[in-house]
Amino acid sequence: MENFSELLQTSGFFFLTPGMLVMWVIAFVLIYLAIAKNYEPLLLLPIGFGILLVNLPLANLMAPGEGLLWRFYHYGLQWEVIPPLIFLGLGALTDFGPVLANPRLIFLGAGAQGGVYLTFFIAYFMGFDLKEAATIGIIGGADGPTTIFLATKMAPQLLGSCAVAAYSYMALVPIIQPPIMRLLTTKEERCIRMKKGRKVSHLEKILFPVVAAILLILLVPPSAPLMAMFMLGNLFREAKVVERLTNAAQNELLNIVTIFLGLPVGATMNAENFLQPKVLFIFFLGLFAFMVSTATGLLLAKLMNLFFKDKINPLLGAAGVSAVPMAARVVHKVGAEADKKNYLLMYAMGPNVAGVIGTVIAAGIFLTLLN
Amino acid sequence: MAEKILAPLAGKVVAVKINVGDKVEEDDEAMVIEAMKMETEVFVPCNGTVKEVLVKEGASVEEDDVLAVIE
Repeated sequence: MENFSELLQTSGFFFLTPGMLVMWVIAFVLIYLAIAKNYEPLLLLPIGFGILLVNLPLANLMAPGEGLLWRFYHYGLQWEVIPPLIFLGLGALTDFGPVLANPRLIFLGAGAQGGVYLTFFIAYFMGFDLKEAATIGIIGGADGPTTIFLATKMAPQLLGSCAVAAYSYMALVPIIQPPIMRLLTTKEERCIRMKKGRKVSHLEKILFPVVAAILLILLVPPSAPLMAMFMLGNLFREAKVVERLTNAAQNELLNIVTIFLGLPVGATMNAENFLQPKVLFIFFLGLFAFMVSTATGLLLAKLMNLFFKDKINPLLGAAGVSAVPMAARVVHKVGAEADKKNYLLMYAMGPNVAGVIGTVIAAGIFLTLLN
Repeated sequence: MAEKILAPLAGKVVAVKINVGDKVEEDDEAMVIEAMKMETEVFVPCNGTVKEVLVKEGASVEEDDVLAVIE
């Protein structure tokens, strides 16, 4: 009997705290949403499991220098390896054709970063320090790897909550965006059909990643890790001579690093770190940032319409948040509600991929100014 | 007068809902094209009869490819 109670006292059961059990519930909710509701399962499933693992006492999976998940976290995220590799895959998956066909739509990708900056100031005035405020603001860009990249460098204590917020809101794009889109546009505006873009040559598509890498990295040097890999992946794709590398970047490599991205992100969410009132504010502010970004994108498109003779369908502005391609699909669907023969999907991909670049630049600007 | 149904966007034809000889009305659903993992309907532009169907299910189409001809 004594031996049995001794055994019990060396087991993890004896050291469970109520906070850990609350974290289990959060982990189960994320795992449930991923499996049953298909909400960003590629990320929320490993994140959910990571949360569960780190809240098993005595396992020490996040113990610095020895824990397995700590190693993933340290060498993958702190060493800035994983988010750039994700961007390599995204670059190989991205077709910049729609941007090049309609270059003025690039501005919409910048306009939809409005929520990032507004939320940065609001979070700062609410008492978060500058670096935390920047990390919370970047959620509004709706770009997971960029959020994780910035959080690791600026506010690692917020990494888990900001990443979960970013991926949750991305999964909720089809629910969060349409009401704002309908509120800020008239039916006539939603019916605007876009004028066909110009034809884009193969040479332009090859030159774009090279020229963009040079210009953007010179302009905002701290964005280099993400930007460099994004453009390299795109060059693989457009060069059409390294199909094996393009495929590896798009598929195997992207899948492998996705596993090692989600797990350690979840593992940063232990009970004492996560169960704080400020985490609620992060979720609230992140949602606010995302909604404002949607709105500023729409409003910028309307503003541009005051100056252009060929009107832009303002719905395209909402695609400036970088949730690719969900935001573009939502634009297409809301547009088709107003006029079923209006095909906005490919036009919306322009601001959508420009939005990814916009969010990386926004992160680079924070790194420049705050580090 | 013949009128062409053009592909409104590049993608893969996943359903063809008209056959040669069918009487069709404007706004009838003609085809479904899948692009960016989303299905998009293509509609008949005018009343008439289907004269030709130029694509099959599974075909990849570019923007403005002729999908079918209505007379």
